Amino acid sequence: MDLINNLQLGFATATTLTNLFFCLIGVLLGTLIGVLPGIGATATIAMLLPITFQIGDPVSSLIMLAGIYYGAQYGGSTTAILINMPGESSSAVTAIDGYQMAKRGRAGAALAIAAIGSFFAGTVSTFLVALLAPPLTVIALKFGPPEYFSLMVVGLVSSIALAHGSIVKALAMVVFGLLLGLVGTDIYTGTPRFNLGIREYSDGLNFVALAVGLFGIAEILRNLENESTREVMVKKVTNLFPTREDWKRMTPPVLRGTVLGSALGVLPGGGAILASFASYTLEKRVAKDASEFGKGAIEGVAGPESANNAAAQTSFIPLLTLGIPANPVMALMIGAMIIQGIVPGPNVATEQPALFWGIIASMWIGNLMLVVLNLPLIGLWVKLLTVPYYVLFPAIMTFCAIGVYSVNNNAYDLYAVAFFGLIGYVLVKLRCEPAPLLLGFVLGPLLEENLRRAMIISRGDPSVFVTRPISAVLLAAALAVLVVVLLPSVKKKREEVFVEES
Amino acid sequence: MKPFTIDRTNGLAGALFVLVGLFFGAQALNLPIGTAFRMGPGYFPLVLSGLLILLGGFIIGSAVNTQSEEIGSFPLRGMVLILGAPILFGIFVRGLGFIPSIFITAFVASFASRKMTVPLAAIIAVALTVFAALVFLYGLELPFRPVGPWLGVR
Repeated sequence: MDLINNLQLGFATATTLTNLFFCLIGVLLGTLIGVLPGIGATATIAMLLPITFQIGDPVSSLIMLAGIYYGAQYGGSTTAILINMPGESSSAVTAIDGYQMAKRGRAGAALAIAAIGSFFAGTVSTFLVALLAPPLTVIALKFGPPEYFSLMVVGLVSSIALAHGSIVKALAMVVFGLLLGLVGTDIYTGTPRFNLGIREYSDGLNFVALAVGLFGIAEILRNLENESTREVMVKKVTNLFPTREDWKRMTPPVLRGTVLGSALGVLPGGGAILASFASYTLEKRVAKDASEFGKGAIEGVAGPESANNAAAQTSFIPLLTLGIPANPVMALMIGAMIIQGIVPGPNVATEQPALFWGIIASMWIGNLMLVVLNLPLIGLWVKLLTVPYYVLFPAIMTFCAIGVYSVNNNAYDLYAVAFFGLIGYVLVKLRCEPAPLLLGFVLGPLLEENLRRAMIISRGDPSVFVTRPISAVLLAAALAVLVVVLLPSVKKKREEVFVEES
Repeated sequence: MKPFTIDRTNGLAGALFVLVGLFFGAQALNLPIGTAFRMGPGYFPLVLSGLLILLGGFIIGSAVNTQSEEIGSFPLRGMVLILGAPILFGIFVRGLGFIPSIFITAFVASFASRKMTVPLAAIIAVALTVFAALVFLYGLELPFRPVGPWLGVR
């Protein structure tokens, strides 16, 4: 069977000693930074991204990046459970009951449940990715410029729908990002655009600089606002292994979370956040004793953690098959692929099967490493939680500076980091979510290219976008999403969800 | 008549978007626009700029007579030092070389915290410099000059 052969190829690629090593380093580094309080998965990946470029082989470097991703996510859950400080909104739900469990002396069990639930969900959804990705690439190969344009519109619109706060602001952020993506040189005519006459920016703004500034630096500045000492109440984590009673209670929520997360993750625009919230709501609804939620219910940790990991996994499907990032993390992945000279999209599976299947297999290996390594190392991670901010900040800044500089040896990239750090922080202060901007930035050049190609093919007739059936369906879907989120009742519900979270 | 009030957070956000739109739009006007059939380098950016100005205007409009969250204070000292750190690295890395630049970057960034003292910052900066030099120069063998021409090393 094809699936078996493909997976075999994938595992053969991912389990070479070098790739295992890079996956391991990625998982460790990802957890190391992700566990630092106040630094979320996106910021972690942005800051570690430059390191992966130092590896010559694109397969290894993307495998390492995937490892960083899982590590960062797990690190986020750890801070959520131990100090009630979720680094990322997708683990905000875990903090509700996880922290309560920790308070009652069950931190070890909560961490173990989170890891085991995530591992199970990861295993199932890795299979789903392997199963679903190939047929989707076949469809995607039929895509012409108009279809790609419409598809990207769907992706951008959905990222708006799932962003926090005002929809109009998120829309403006997307457009801002698209414009920033156009800085550099026009691909058709070679005309320099928007580079303010600075030759160093004629290849466009450095993606790593933008990501580090927007997510990493801005997040540090936000942490500087109130510099308080953190209370780590759990000095030592004991009793890692869940009891028999725990196993019985966690199994159904893990199963439900996996199904829910896998389905929601495919949606473009940040399925992981939605998945963990949906799972929490579901568990609360089916629970025999709903009053226990918020006071340390095991189901409230097991369900959302599984759901968010499943979603994190399946969000690779749109990335690997269509080259469309489903969330900011996937946008970082795309950026990394482009820097490595790989054009993400349906051709990756056929032209570079080892890369394609290697990444899929390494997802599972990354998950496995989390369980076998991170749980035993939990003592070390707990110690990291106590590292004071005044040591953290200079360390992070130094590594960011070296990392960004090492990508192109371009000092102007460092000025861009400072600039986007400032912009990112101001935008956060003005309650504008940066994720849609990053998606816009990555998709800007692609969107323009496909728009222009489509118009050349149609000889300037814009109706091409609605007369080609796939494109028409996609645009209708984008419109439907926009209409739905703007409906008064949905709008209210959406606000409630995001208020509950913050 | 009610007194005119505007929500500062949303008002400023809208104004920022209008400004960005104007900034890109003005430059796009100087580029060849082309036609819908053969779009020039200015076509798509001009459309986007227009859209951004419209959205910004709409955000300003909807901020009138409403109130949302406060913007809050800005940690000015931290901002200057944190944002300054990568800029200093960029200025010095070629001239002074990798090792001195790392030290300066780490030292400056240390003071973003109000609890920092000069000796502590020096210790942190030295430790980071040693670590970074070992990992990046000797471990990963990045092609940086350890010490640059400004210090008399060729």
